[in-house]
Amino acid sequence: MAVATDKAAQGRFGIRRPALPPWFSPAAAAVCVLVAAVLPLFFQQASGFIDDSTLALAYTVMALGLNVVVGFAGLLDLGYLAFFAIGALCTGWFSSGFYGNANVHVGVSKFQQSLPGIHLNWLLVVVIAMLFCALAGVIIGMPTLRLRGDYIAIVTLAFGEIIRVFVTNGDELKIGSNPLTAGRAGISPIDGISFTGGQPFNQLDLRPWYWTALGMVLIVLFCNIRLRDSRLGRAWIAIREDEVAAASMGVPLVKTKLLSYATGAAFGGAAGAFLGAYLNTVNADQFAFSFSIFILAMIILGGLGSIWGVVVGAVVLSFINYRLIPDTLNGLPGTFGLDFELAQLSFGIFGFLLVIMMVLRPQGLLPERRREMELEEHIGADEQFVQVQA
Amino acid sequence: MSDQAQAANGNILVADRVSKIFGGLVAVNDVSFAIPRRSIVSIIGPNGAGKTTFFNMLTGLYKPSTGRILFDNKDVTRARPDLITKAGVARTFQNIRLFATMTALENVMVGQHSRMKAGIFGSIFRPPPVRKEEARVTEHAREMLKFVGLRERQFEQLAINLSYGDQRRVEIARALASGPSLLLLDEPTAGMNPQESAQLTDFMNRLRDELELSLLLIEHDMKVVMGVSERVTVLDHGEKIAEGEPQAVRANPAVVEAYLGKQG
Repeated sequence: MAVATDKAAQGRFGIRRPALPPWFSPAAAAVCVLVAAVLPLFFQQASGFIDDSTLALAYTVMALGLNVVVGFAGLLDLGYLAFFAIGALCTGWFSSGFYGNANVHVGVSKFQQSLPGIHLNWLLVVVIAMLFCALAGVIIGMPTLRLRGDYIAIVTLAFGEIIRVFVTNGDELKIGSNPLTAGRAGISPIDGISFTGGQPFNQLDLRPWYWTALGMVLIVLFCNIRLRDSRLGRAWIAIREDEVAAASMGVPLVKTKLLSYATGAAFGGAAGAFLGAYLNTVNADQFAFSFSIFILAMIILGGLGSIWGVVVGAVVLSFINYRLIPDTLNGLPGTFGLDFELAQLSFGIFGFLLVIMMVLRPQGLLPERRREMELEEHIGADEQFVQVQA
Repeated sequence: MSDQAQAANGNILVADRVSKIFGGLVAVNDVSFAIPRRSIVSIIGPNGAGKTTFFNMLTGLYKPSTGRILFDNKDVTRARPDLITKAGVARTFQNIRLFATMTALENVMVGQHSRMKAGIFGSIFRPPPVRKEEARVTEHAREMLKFVGLRERQFEQLAINLSYGDQRRVEIARALASGPSLLLLDEPTAGMNPQESAQLTDFMNRLRDELELSLLLIEHDMKVVMGVSERVTVLDHGEKIAEGEPQAVRANPAVVEAYLGKQG
């Protein structure tokens, strides 16, 4: 099993430890999933823990998506917020009363059927969001195909800004009399998630949201692992390592790169569609450039290209951002008689963390097997090795 | 001689009056060249003569400024590198270009990319045909690594951790894995000692005889060139100055001049 062997290779913190027994990795994965699944039962909603965890899981999906582009294929994408925006906009368009003169209802509850606007079942919205984002990913990918490294970063950064400005000013852009977005005011409320067309999730009980996000993480994890150990994953890594050699070995660069953009974008769109519904609003202020950096920082903190590292990085940074800084430690400067709150410094703290990471552990918290082995010497031969199995 | 005539003579590759101009620099000037099927031919010349540029045009990394290239009677003049590989041309690089953080085995599996079909959904869901394909490709990669003489326990080492000679071997295995009918080797003996060079010479003969390949090498080691080539082409300043059997080329005054300078 790909999932299992992967866990074995990546889950070790120290390389020099003796090899773990073969049952260890599936067991560890099962325990992790189980703990994550029952965790919200031990917390009250008022503590805010479930809320923070749900966001952390949604960002994990985002980070795993970006990892396909940046980690696997090595294409530095600084405009990832575009896919959050497009995914969230899809929920605004297709599951709210925003287009009040339309009257479309597919697979939603009786109550929602009585509301004006377009109300599609959330599963449909996710599929639409993923398709839109994959298309947008290809569009953003095309001008970068002739570029390398830093130049790709600049073009993608610009694309992210274009989407942000589009959302901000979309209330002025109209098709007929229908605006495309609601600008800063935001599209709100947005339908809660309901898989079966019954009573949708609401803000009074966040646990179903949490479990939905957890399910998304598991699905995206599965896709990531399968993709990495496949013909396509090898081609992406080959391009990352040496584009010229990859092309000379028969890897079509254009198609392979565009597939990585599209795949990463589709995962980002799925997370965006979740966040749109969960946050219950889609407004321009959600889509700041700093969001792209936030997600990128998760990947770098966890270990570029390492699937498990990215999960750890996303969870750690989300909790630092949404819990540790604004809740737990926010009053810290005050206790020293300083007149500011820690939350005002959050990006400074992130920057500091990244610098510390780069100095102490440049390969990330849980580095990719390849990079790890590169740093240690000659351990490939005797290690239990992840292999692409039939 | 026209293209058709050359092709009919059983040439696997024909370059017809190919030039490459970078800005004002003429790197390759009006070179015509053919590789007969199941033969080993060499291109030699002083540094900067345009050998590697010519190589890069044959493999699609550069587009020729003028001229045509036919492979297997098909025009591949402006084809993308991956399509040329798919058509059956494989190459190695002067300075080894393995995928450093992939294992030897994975490197060779990448070489089979164009012989595989799995797409994005196939990769995620792995239906039986994709599983079979992966198994086949893994097995083939192992065979290729064995064929070039890599030891089994090195198959799953990272390419970057292999010794120089083994990296050369893996690079050849990777090229062979793409199922070529023409193999281009860019200075394959660079950095090798005389024994290793001799082994490689034997190996090239094996490639031709056992795998029925045609080989084109760029090489500086005259012993290798003279020992293995059926025909030698000499480039200097981007132009073809001599062509023929090794002994004849070695005696050619123009060649001596290009290498040693004018005498007297």
